[in-house]
Amino acid sequence: MPGERGPILAMRGMSKRFGSVQANADVDLVLRPGDILGLLGENGAGKTTLMNMLFGTYTPDSGEIEIDGRPVAISNSADALASGVGMVHQHFHLVPRLTVLENLMIGRPGSGGRLDRRGARGKLAQIADRFGLTLDPDTLVSALAIGEQQRLEIIKALFRDARILILDEPTAVLTPQEADALFDALRAMAGDGLGIIFISHKLYEVKAITNRAMIMRRGKVTATIDDIGAVSERQLGELMCGHEIRPPEKPASEPGEALLTLREISTEPGAAGEGVPLRAVSLEVRAGEVLGIAGVSGNGQLEVAEIIAGVRTSASGELTVAGQVVVYPNPRAIQDLRVGRIPEDRLGTGLISSLPMSDSMVLPRIHQAPFSRFGVIDRKRTREFVEHQVERFDIKCAATDVRTGTLSGGNLQKVLLARELAFDPLVVLAAQPTRGLDVGAAQFVHERFLEVRQAGGAILLISEDLEELFLLSDRIAVMYEGRIMDTLPIEEATVQKVGLLMAGAETAA
Amino acid sequence: MIQLRLETRQHTPAWLRLALPLFAILATLVVCGGLVTLAGASVLEAYSKLLLSAVSSKFNFVETLVKAAPIAFTGLAVAVAFRAKFWNIGAEGQLLAGAMAAAFIGGRGALPGWSLVPLMLFSGMAAGAAWALIPAWLKTRYKVDDVVTTLLLNFIMFYLMMALVDGPWKDPLSGYPDSPDIRMDAEFPILLGGTRLHLGVVLAFVAAPLIWFLMRRTTAGFNIRAVGESATAARYAGINIPVVIVGTAALSGALAGLAGVGEVGGIHFQVMAGLSPGYGYTGIVIATLALLNPLGVLPAAFFFAVIITGAEAMSRATGVPVFLADVFQGVALISMLIAILFTQYRVRLRR
Amino acid sequence: MSEILGEILQVGFFAAILRIATPLILATIGEMFSERGGVLNLGIEGIMLLGSMTGFTAAYYSGSLWLGILAAMAVGALMALLMGLLTVTLGLSQHVSGIGTTLLCTGLAFFFYRLIFGQPSLPPNVEGFQVAPIPLLAEIPLIGPLLFNQFTLVYLALLLVPAAAFLLNHTSWGLSLRAVGENPRAADGAGVSVAKMRYQGLMLSGMLMGAAGAYLSMAQFNAFTFGVISGRGWVCIALVVFGQWSPWKCLAGALLFGFVDALQLRLQASGVIEIPYQFFLMLPFVLTIVAMALVSRSAIPPAALLVPFRKEER
Repeated sequence: MPGERGPILAMRGMSKRFGSVQANADVDLVLRPGDILGLLGENGAGKTTLMNMLFGTYTPDSGEIEIDGRPVAISNSADALASGVGMVHQHFHLVPRLTVLENLMIGRPGSGGRLDRRGARGKLAQIADRFGLTLDPDTLVSALAIGEQQRLEIIKALFRDARILILDEPTAVLTPQEADALFDALRAMAGDGLGIIFISHKLYEVKAITNRAMIMRRGKVTATIDDIGAVSERQLGELMCGHEIRPPEKPASEPGEALLTLREISTEPGAAGEGVPLRAVSLEVRAGEVLGIAGVSGNGQLEVAEIIAGVRTSASGELTVAGQVVVYPNPRAIQDLRVGRIPEDRLGTGLISSLPMSDSMVLPRIHQAPFSRFGVIDRKRTREFVEHQVERFDIKCAATDVRTGTLSGGNLQKVLLARELAFDPLVVLAAQPTRGLDVGAAQFVHERFLEVRQAGGAILLISEDLEELFLLSDRIAVMYEGRIMDTLPIEEATVQKVGLLMAGAETAA
Repeated sequence: MIQLRLETRQHTPAWLRLALPLFAILATLVVCGGLVTLAGASVLEAYSKLLLSAVSSKFNFVETLVKAAPIAFTGLAVAVAFRAKFWNIGAEGQLLAGAMAAAFIGGRGALPGWSLVPLMLFSGMAAGAAWALIPAWLKTRYKVDDVVTTLLLNFIMFYLMMALVDGPWKDPLSGYPDSPDIRMDAEFPILLGGTRLHLGVVLAFVAAPLIWFLMRRTTAGFNIRAVGESATAARYAGINIPVVIVGTAALSGALAGLAGVGEVGGIHFQVMAGLSPGYGYTGIVIATLALLNPLGVLPAAFFFAVIITGAEAMSRATGVPVFLADVFQGVALISMLIAILFTQYRVRLRR
Repeated sequence: MSEILGEILQVGFFAAILRIATPLILATIGEMFSERGGVLNLGIEGIMLLGSMTGFTAAYYSGSLWLGILAAMAVGALMALLMGLLTVTLGLSQHVSGIGTTLLCTGLAFFFYRLIFGQPSLPPNVEGFQVAPIPLLAEIPLIGPLLFNQFTLVYLALLLVPAAAFLLNHTSWGLSLRAVGENPRAADGAGVSVAKMRYQGLMLSGMLMGAAGAYLSMAQFNAFTFGVISGRGWVCIALVVFGQWSPWKCLAGALLFGFVDALQLRLQASGVIEIPYQFFLMLPFVLTIVAMALVSRSAIPPAALLVPFRKEER
């Protein structure tokens, strides 16, 4: 039972500073065998930093780590693995072009330099026996589904004999049902005497799986809860944010005519490991409406977004914006039809990291008046526009010509929003608009979307965050393997129903 | 314990952009000083020849300007191409293409005399651009790596030129593998009597600010930079990437072609094996030292012209091999690359 | 036509292919190692040239050809170390760093050759490697003279290919190198030092490139000239793409290039086809570009090629 043996891990006085940001300040953490410890906090609260110090990715400025009562020095991941620490990162650390078995063997010393494939197979079978985690050793990782890739990440840690397992937001990529299966596996591991640290900002999950919790805010531990059963979700939430959570008001809205219509859109299959082809996707987003798209990552949401943004061509089907059929979809034609686009990868696809923020702000419209005339840039008008947007959205930057990539996540999203909302869009396409943002920034984004909705705009919201979808959507469409499984009015949608559809069930009974 | 940390800069101060190339050159002088010592010469004497012979007389100064013209053009060619991350290492071949076109036009008897110089300029640009379009086309259409193709095309163009000057173009009078001289009225006007200060030098001085304006003040330049910094974001913003790549390649090739036209029209009046002693590669060093800024290309080109002309004087006076100039270019490029890090990061000492 | 065929279909011709291909095999396999780790080593042309000069000089003064080869490999490793400093430690552009390394090596090779040998009217030469027939095997008709009556370096180059394939696919070192070239973050998370692997891949590439250059001045030409490499390094970069980063396919590419080069030499010498000889010299380069155009769309480079890895990213 937890609590009876000495701690498997003790971290004391951990501190880490990045430039002017104190990411961790004097943080203590204790983990006992059999513990599933919830590590809660907003984005930027310092959870990942703390874990990265435990895993050797970051070097702490100060603090000490003890494992099994013995002080250890962890300066890289090899040290961490040798000390029995395994980590499942939010973004998987897998090599797609290698097999499951090869991925397991990376960094593991072989006998006499030769790869010990047979031994590895045996060990994989053992893990399957002990924890019910199975995978075909000879499959290429690029052929695995997201859930299987996560399983591989966990197996990888067990394969290296981890006794302390860190999971960073592990359910973000899973359906609710898959998450339940993961929880079963975690309980089996805890029962086996492993210590598990479960990082999340989803309160209900922390309630469901952990036995203890630690809450961080602005780099400090603000609360430790030794019996998770004794606190409510609401209390956890308030501890996490430091104030009562008030979701934005969603006023009633009467949907009008259809502003964005996809009719029977299909795409050619891409290369292996490049997502899924769309299969006869039909959607309609009406004026004054938010249509949410739910789905496990990689089920065609990215493709739908790219079709609408005009960067992917469809094999068949029709795209209509405000009653006008887009015959040759391309980014400029789409933009001219007043569609604003917030792409999933804001720094890689939406903005240009190495260019000045002011350039990123005018990137898609530089060829038009008022930003240029006869191919010559009007610097005065451009500067005025940028300064106006910075003021309007309260973008925090030292100057308008700082390198885009040096802005914080919330400010990057503000730059993108300002740019795409500046010319009164009819339709807004937003993919994962609040991923990685702190609560304040996320709320800002949500409020802007609701403003567009109030003004009679149509919003297509693609998100893997069910909470966000339920908060904003008027209807929720669920995608699975390139198809729309069903579209539910928000009144009829439940997490259970949406979860089943996300897993490919034909009807959400 | 004192730690050395790199911190990202939000801004690059303007003075740093001027100071870094100077630091890179200083570091290069130190490194090459070691080689001079190794060659048994006095560093002071060798460097005074290397750096000062170019400004020791009016004639030498003008000769240095003349030397700077082709490498200013190849420097501009590279500066434009690298902005779009079109890795044009082929300015050498494009220069030869331009030179051959100029030599061909300049030798036509049927053309009216007044048309020769403009036609040479035009055809040289077209030939350089056309030669650069091959790798651009292979890159956009077949995803062939541009570094390798531009490099290989340099060799192909060189052999092509040698086949011509050794065959159909062989000068029947001398019997050497040189092309016949261009017509007298095709020769570039000389701007300063008794020197070789020709039209091409002026063109280089005019081209640099024009290219600067194109890159900094027009949407075309904006697009080139956007594509270079992030092709994904540029595409998402509606910029047609193949068009930008092909356009950039053509511009870059045309600039390199002009370098060749100037050498034929203003200096050699013919093409032959030694027409370009690696001017295309020197262009890479110059563009990097100029931080890809077209205006910076001019002083950088002048500096390397000083080194190239000075190396011969140094070699004659001290016996240090003339190839010190080549080492100098390599070390300067590497030093500058390292120096560029400081435009993005600052080094902080921490306890 | 039969005249041409007669010229070609001789054992000597096929043996020539192997001799011509040997430096390409060495350098291409070297480049492959570097690229599998995620670093494009564009220093190749310069490193080969400097290796050629260093090897020749060392052999000339020591009288030992093998000491020359060792010296060439050492200087190759040294220059690869410079590449590593620039691209791995400092994370600079691999393209420009490679060009810089090539320019530097070229300058150094010319500088030191001139410094050491001056400007003699007759270029100095060495008594190059002699063929080392393997007893018994060399007696086998056809195959014997082709495969077993060659320079020792040719045998070594041929043995290098299966060795490279084994190293890459069946050892933990090879798996680590591949992982580093595909997804450095994953390799780092599994306890592999990305920088160490990349440096090792680069050093191996530098040594092989140095040896390749030395082969040219000590087995093929027996003298050092400024044009001794003349684009062979760049061709090797193309051969790695053509060989899709696999040792055996790289060998095939090198042999194909050797074939074309041997063919153009024969045709040039025979005078059967009367076109300027420069067109023959051009031929291998043209075919290399064509070959790249054919395979480039389907060739998938290591995913992290050209991408610097910085550990603490914030």
